[in-house]
Amino acid sequence: MTTWPILSVVTFLPVIGAVLIYFARGDDEAARRNARWIALWTTLITFAVSLILVWRFDAATADFQFVEKANWLASGITYHMGVDGISLPFVILTTALMPFCIIASWKSVTSRVREYMMAFLFLETLMVGTFSALDLVLFYLFFEGGLIPMFLIIGVWGGPRRVYASFKFFLYTLLGSVLMLLAIMALYWNAGTTDIPTLMHTAVPRSLQTWAWLAFFASFAVKMPMWPVHTWLPDAHVEAPTAGSVILAAILLKMGGYGFLRFSLPMFPLASHDFAPLIFSLSVIAIVYTSLVALMQEDVKKLIAYSSVAHMGFVTMGIFAGTTQGIAGGVFQMVSHGIVSGALFLCVGIVYDRMHTREIAAYGGLVNRMPLYAMAFMVFTMANVGLPGTSGFVGEFMTLLGTFKVSVPTATFATLGVILSAAYALWLYRKVVFGALTKPSLASIKDLTPRECLTLLPLVFLTILFGVYPKPVLDMSAASVQQLVNNYNAAVTAVKAAALVAQ
Amino acid sequence: MVQAIVFLPLLGAILAGLIAIFGAHARNPSGDEVEHHDHGHDQGHGDHAHASAAHDDHGHDAHGHDDHHVSEPPAQGSRAAELITTGLLMISAALSWVVLVNVGFMHQDARIALFPWINSGDLQVSWALRVDTLTAVMLVVVNTVSSLVHLYSIGYMDEDPHRPRFFGYLSLFTFAMLMLVTADNLVQLFFGWEGVGLASYLLIGFWYQKPSANAAAIKAFIVNRVGDFGFALGIFAVFMLLKTTDFETIFAGAQGLTGKTINFFGWNADALTLICLLLFMGAMGKSAQFLLHTWLPDAMEGPTPVSALIHAATMVTAGVFMVARLSPLFELAPNAQAVVMFFGATTAFFAATVGLVQNDIKRIVAYSTCSQLGYMFVAMGAGAYSVGMFHLFTHAFFKALLFLGSGSVIYAMHHEQDIRNMGGLKDKIPYTYSVMVIGTLALTGFPLTAGYFSKDAIIESAYVAHNPFAYYGFAMTVIAAGLTSFYSWRLIFKTFHGEPHDQHHYEAAHESPMWMLVPIGILAAGSILAGYPFKEVFAGHDVEEFFRESLKMHPHIIEEMHHISPVVAFLPTVMMVVGFLVSWLFYIRRPYIPVQLAREHQMLYQFLLNKWYFDELYELIFVRPTKWLGRFLWKKGDGFVIDGFGPDGVSARVLDVTRNVVKIQTGYLYHYAFAMLIGVAGLITWFMFGLGGQ
Repeated sequence: MTTWPILSVVTFLPVIGAVLIYFARGDDEAARRNARWIALWTTLITFAVSLILVWRFDAATADFQFVEKANWLASGITYHMGVDGISLPFVILTTALMPFCIIASWKSVTSRVREYMMAFLFLETLMVGTFSALDLVLFYLFFEGGLIPMFLIIGVWGGPRRVYASFKFFLYTLLGSVLMLLAIMALYWNAGTTDIPTLMHTAVPRSLQTWAWLAFFASFAVKMPMWPVHTWLPDAHVEAPTAGSVILAAILLKMGGYGFLRFSLPMFPLASHDFAPLIFSLSVIAIVYTSLVALMQEDVKKLIAYSSVAHMGFVTMGIFAGTTQGIAGGVFQMVSHGIVSGALFLCVGIVYDRMHTREIAAYGGLVNRMPLYAMAFMVFTMANVGLPGTSGFVGEFMTLLGTFKVSVPTATFATLGVILSAAYALWLYRKVVFGALTKPSLASIKDLTPRECLTLLPLVFLTILFGVYPKPVLDMSAASVQQLVNNYNAAVTAVKAAALVAQ
Repeated sequence: MVQAIVFLPLLGAILAGLIAIFGAHARNPSGDEVEHHDHGHDQGHGDHAHASAAHDDHGHDAHGHDDHHVSEPPAQGSRAAELITTGLLMISAALSWVVLVNVGFMHQDARIALFPWINSGDLQVSWALRVDTLTAVMLVVVNTVSSLVHLYSIGYMDEDPHRPRFFGYLSLFTFAMLMLVTADNLVQLFFGWEGVGLASYLLIGFWYQKPSANAAAIKAFIVNRVGDFGFALGIFAVFMLLKTTDFETIFAGAQGLTGKTINFFGWNADALTLICLLLFMGAMGKSAQFLLHTWLPDAMEGPTPVSALIHAATMVTAGVFMVARLSPLFELAPNAQAVVMFFGATTAFFAATVGLVQNDIKRIVAYSTCSQLGYMFVAMGAGAYSVGMFHLFTHAFFKALLFLGSGSVIYAMHHEQDIRNMGGLKDKIPYTYSVMVIGTLALTGFPLTAGYFSKDAIIESAYVAHNPFAYYGFAMTVIAAGLTSFYSWRLIFKTFHGEPHDQHHYEAAHESPMWMLVPIGILAAGSILAGYPFKEVFAGHDVEEFFRESLKMHPHIIEEMHHISPVVAFLPTVMMVVGFLVSWLFYIRRPYIPVQLAREHQMLYQFLLNKWYFDELYELIFVRPTKWLGRFLWKKGDGFVIDGFGPDGVSARVLDVTRNVVKIQTGYLYHYAFAMLIGVAGLITWFMFGLGGQ
């Protein structure tokens, strides 16, 4: 069907861009400008190529498409790439957001521009690779490797407490990744292959399911992040540069959810079913707890970071509800959150570039001098609140709807998040944007430049478009989600039936 | 035609919004560098801002004012935005009346599918416009009042520099409200529901420099969200049981739900009762019913036309509309109906008592609105849905009239809102005076005005209802009728009669411009004419014929209302007269009585003046504990427990070991990469060995 390895091209194009930047040596203004332009064009071309994926994607089938397979290390480990309806949205999300990140860093990054752009391009390759790898070892490499450029971005271009932040990140992630590695080995031992499609159709023994599920959970829960392993996220966000925060919130957090969908649910359905109450509890705690914490934040980025944890709670809850709406809602919520939280961090970055502070108390009355900014920020705030008509609503609504069927208390407590999110988001908006402009330091602040409009307005458009017409995303993932749900239900009912017979 | 009715306001909102955005952008330069002004300039600006902040604080006290800040020149294209939005709304309004005739009398119901919205598995939600008689009535109410309010605002807001934004919001609100009333499924209803909430939030906070306006806007949104919490759960429960959110399918399947239960936190609740109660919680929030009413009086911080449109005539009646729309469900859940009647009756009484002692002209009318909404819910609880809709219909006219009339008073008095500072205005602004009197007559139920027919019908329906709270509902509404009459005439007497209390403002008082007088004149006509001609179709023998399937009335209730004893039927009118006489005695004949009463019953007076201390109570039991909990979880939960025993604790140990070995800044990265590579290497080695072994 495909005549050229389109998925590999999308994955590795950014590396080519990075290599180009590497060879364009020098550290003068011209070199920096070149690095920026090369990075921008690379990400744009990558995005354009990834659109071919959308165009050629057949949404009617749940199979993997654009599959590439080549022998690699040993006969058990192959270079196997492919996307289905669950991974393709994330691939597109990644390639679509990268140009925004480059544009957002256009002026705010002035030191080591070349290295910065290279880090981002490598990061893009690793992220796209994570979502399209169909071999466990390949996945592991991409998944864990993505942290290295992220570390560099926080550690080199980050804020004053960047060392603490990246250290915290390191501690959390290390434990999870070691456990996941063990689980991968166990899976190989069990099935004799690390090929993901094969593993998805291999029955895993009950006891191994439990342990493997827990090991994967350790890794994904940190990435997600779920309560109580979320505390790295606010610190990482606060210290990261704007574009780093955008990528962190929009893409890296989605890897955990993607992992649950790709591994936990299809490979360990029984364990997933057994542990669903645990996930429900943690999700509900995440939603209520972090929303409450968000209410009291004094730092803009921390507030948005905590709200991200709460929103990811809806995702985990929906995924483990195991219903069509829950899982489709989880996928949609991740895509929507990618757009909205990314945009919110861009908004913070815009005022941070002007004022160099993230303290909520340092702002107030921005609407008086920044009407365009106020409008864009309002749209994203409302999407964060989950107002119908914005993309934030669709995901939240579907996950809650899907969970209500399975667990009424979970859905009820999670719906409390709807009240709390309104409280913290509107409070933030009021403190930062509304009010009289009384602070002398803000008196000469200026509205969005055309470059900044270029980063925000397309996202405003997408937020509203997907709120009113989410069909493109939902349809893309529908077949794969349905198959996942069917397999999951079949496995769970088979066990229940067997238990009945045994009695 | 229906598409035109719904989407013309959206077009207006978008155009006005673009004018507002481009205008605002043109006035505020863009740039990503902050200029550094010389010290003197900064100081000057700061002073100016402080002055305006002090001014804002002034507006925050009990007798707030509609403050305008006339520091800026008006936005470019203001007039264009006004004319576009108003013109489009006028077209919508005219078409709405045509639709009412077509649907109500010619039976041309319509259902227009637009495009799919959320499709996933058995969840199939589409954008669609549903027009039956119930919707047609709402279309007429919404578009008529909205177009008149648009027109009125051209005059009222003439000094405001942000008019394009204002008109954009107004039209946006109208669009959301139209989506709400034309919804064909619960999710689209929810879209309109939250959409009007957004518009209300934006309009209450329209003067964003006022801290009190911002606070009120947030309060309105959050209290409504508390109601929406229930609404959303109701939708989930409906979907769980019926696998659909479409009204037709729900109503068809509702009968099959009788006797089913849902396990709700260990309570095996009757499914229909639970669903109706959850959905009613949404209605309570939106319609400011008892316990969730606290946002409505504060919402008066918004410009007065907004109060008339959103917080009197349309948005706050959305809850009533919702219950009417879902009448096939409520009719099957008598326990839920009892709750509806209880809350309606309580609200009608409670809000009326608070209205007795308020001094802000807009707040009096706001509490009156709250009380009248309670009336409508009493009718809903009684199963007399068409009667509740009748009151919704008439109330829209006379309450919008009272608000816009109050606006005219406020305009005349240069944004004075405290009735204690008014008095004797009837000679200065006779036109406003006469329309206010008409509005008051209609509100208090003076015979042959619009309110007379609808309000009395509600009280009668409560009397004959088969509901455990029927007599409670009857008693409360009858008492409230007397209280309504008292506080309404108190407003009139203190504002227009007696001696002027503020000579300076009194001298400057003047009649409002034509832009404002024409709309209130039309509404005054409506306050009289909206009653009698519609009596039969809303509360008479033509109800079945007019509403058909759009409402599921309680059987025979209209019949029984007509066989009520004359004593009961005359009671509300008697109460109205008593209220008027007491008011006349208190404020015209012997003005020292109320002062004396307030002094003698200080506790009661303070209790009412402070609105039964609900704000204080909620502050104590919700707001403060929430904040405390948030801080506690942040500092103790995240900071002490999780980080203390997690990464920070571990890192402290690790640091001890590695401090001297590697450079801290990059050490951990190498560690990490190293650990990962070791892992991968180990894995590969293991594969090799594993394969060799085979």
